Amino acid sequence: MSVLVLVEHDRGVLADATLEAMAAARAMASTLGAPVEALCISAQADGLGGVLAAHGAARVHHARHAILTDYGPEAWGEVRAQAVRARAPAAVVACGTGRGNEVLAQAAARLDLPMVAICGSVDPSRHGVTAVAVTRTRWGGSLLEDATASAPTMLLTVAHHAYDAAAPVAPGAGAAAELTVTLDASLARSVVRGRTERAAGVTLSTAPVVVGGGRGVGSADGFAPLQELAELLGGVVGCSRAVTNNGWRNHADQVGQTGTRIAPDVYFACGISGAIQHWVGAMASKNILAINTDKEANIVTKAGYAVIGDLHKVVPAISAEIRRRRGQ
Amino acid sequence: MRICVCVKRVPAPGARINVTDDGLAVDTAHLGFTTSPHEECAVESAVQLVEAHGGTATVLTLGPAEAEEQLRYAASVGMTDGVLLSIAETEWDPQRTARAIAAAIRAIEARDGAFDLVLFGNESADGCNYQVGVRVAHALGRPMVNGAKGLEVRDGVAHVQREVDGGRETYELPLPAAVGIREGINLPRYPTMKGRLASKKAAVQVVAAEGDEGAQRLTRLRRPEERSSTTVMLGQGPEAAPAVVDLLQELGVLR
Ligand SMILES: Cc1cc2nc3c(=O)[nH]c(=O)nc-3n(C[C@H](O)[C@H](O)[C@H](O)COP(=O)(O)OP(=O)(O)OC[C@H]3O[C@@H](n4cnc5c(N)ncnc54)[C@H](O)[C@@H]3O)c2cc1C
Ligand SMILES: Nc1ncnc2c1ncn2[C@@H]1O[C@H](COP(=O)(O)O)[C@@H](O)[C@H]1O
Repeated sequence: MSVLVLVEHDRGVLADATLEAMAAARAMASTLGAPVEALCISAQADGLGGVLAAHGAARVHHARHAILTDYGPEAWGEVRAQAVRARAPAAVVACGTGRGNEVLAQAAARLDLPMVAICGSVDPSRHGVTAVAVTRTRWGGSLLEDATASAPTMLLTVAHHAYDAAAPVAPGAGAAAELTVTLDASLARSVVRGRTERAAGVTLSTAPVVVGGGRGVGSADGFAPLQELAELLGGVVGCSRAVTNNGWRNHADQVGQTGTRIAPDVYFACGISGAIQHWVGAMASKNILAINTDKEANIVTKAGYAVIGDLHKVVPAISAEIRRRRGQ
Repeated sequence: MRICVCVKRVPAPGARINVTDDGLAVDTAHLGFTTSPHEECAVESAVQLVEAHGGTATVLTLGPAEAEEQLRYAASVGMTDGVLLSIAETEWDPQRTARAIAAAIRAIEARDGAFDLVLFGNESADGCNYQVGVRVAHALGRPMVNGAKGLEVRDGVAHVQREVDGGRETYELPLPAAVGIREGINLPRYPTMKGRLASKKAAVQVVAAEGDEGAQRLTRLRRPEERSSTTVMLGQGPEAAPAVVDLLQELGVLR
């Protein structure tokens, strides 16, 4: 009986999220008195044993197969399901990323077991089956759900950033083991076939400054002064869903529950009301400055700083002041 | 081409989400209802595919009788017909939801023929379980990829694109297939007056949902602790610019 971690990697490059899943697994394993084990899928992950041992894996299972040429949700899910049948772990943990959730859902479907997604905390106990009391996130993090579940093997994903990815004091033995899998050739149907690379540069999720515009900007052209301010500060433009729905900006710029989560040093929220679905994507910003005509707007009451006024006048004035101080 | 899109009726909260006194549900007393933006985009994808290839697009939901509103909305933007799997509660656990949807799709397909594509949202707006689509696809024996930001159908193959760090991955799923759609794949249209009128007449079949309960139980909903902050007012209008730039300097973002 173990707590088994799904090792998320991209053609052998470990995803940081895996280390968060390792941390969650260590916490569960110590309550259950069980070892942490890890499962690496595809020969591309052969080199990951060392780092997994450093993060507490007592044993690292490797599943290799000719169809595992790249990521594939069905093939990876089937490997997971076979690992559960072979090892009967108390729990399987993955980080709640796109791939982590997808692979665990595939495994859960194949095993007909529950899968509790996006848990912020997990409190396990075991009496023949594993029972958990969890707090999971709903509405992209705007609401918490206390829930319980029980199953012979508990399948869980943990919320990204809920667990500290730092290595523990005591490493695991990291003994390598082979997991023999039988995969039907048809599972290759959903394996990745190709990739296109994006040009590197500052992205919305990593930008130090985001200048966000909402419905108050009024038009696509209205974003020019926001763009200028963003460029002066080495940042990027963001927007609300009202903006993408109007076709003023591409969805790649949308901040929020169904857009991008941002964490800049400063977020300028211009002409944005601060609906909960927007806020949940912006709340990790270190400082928020709201620029709004309405001093009662939700964003104004939640932000650390605010300017009350017309963004079409305030934003250009900020840019002009920056240029003046730089002697431009 | 025959397409089925699964959508979930959810409340549309504004500034915050309030919970009922018993802690078991969202207080919807003063709220309108909608579906996830991902599901709106799945509906738009289906409508565009039918425009390009011909065929029909059915919208399906499992929910209370009121969820007919979301089916009619989907019909107003071009879906052909609707199926309401009715339940007495506002939602079922994800395993049970998937069992009921898979059984209903099997029954529809036995009567009217197989769906070439079954589309879902990447995740439901309220539950965020990331699994109902995957479970349904597996029960139906279909390949499934979630998180699609691109979807084209050519020669019996669904070409799916998905965003990852640093680029896009492509998948080629043989039809029949299932795909989970993400917002941003397209720009959903608004209903026209003609669409609104047509949606009133669209066929909506109501069937009692059937599925065994899953093993996950909600015990309580609650709001996360709010970071309480007092807002520092930097001023009114353009005259506030020097105070804003002072702040930027203090925060070290003015290099
Ligand atoms: C499931 C779900 C998911 C969602 N996901 C997202 C998401 O990811 N991201 C997102 O943003 N939204 C999301 N939404 C939509 C969200 O609920 C709001 O509808 C949206 O955020 C509103 O955008 P807004 O603030 O720009 O517009 P509004 O709410 O209309 O606010 C406009 C603001 O601009 C101010 N204003 C107007 N003119 C000026 C001016 N000249 N100068 C200064 N201020 C001015 C007004 O006072 C007002 O505060 C989601 C909704 C649902 C149901
Ligand atoms: N009650 C429901 N009725 C119809 N479709 C649903 C329902 N619940 C979930 N789905 C579909 O499954 C997707 C994933 O839901 P979830 O697993 O709850 O995140 C949603 O985006 C919908 O497409």
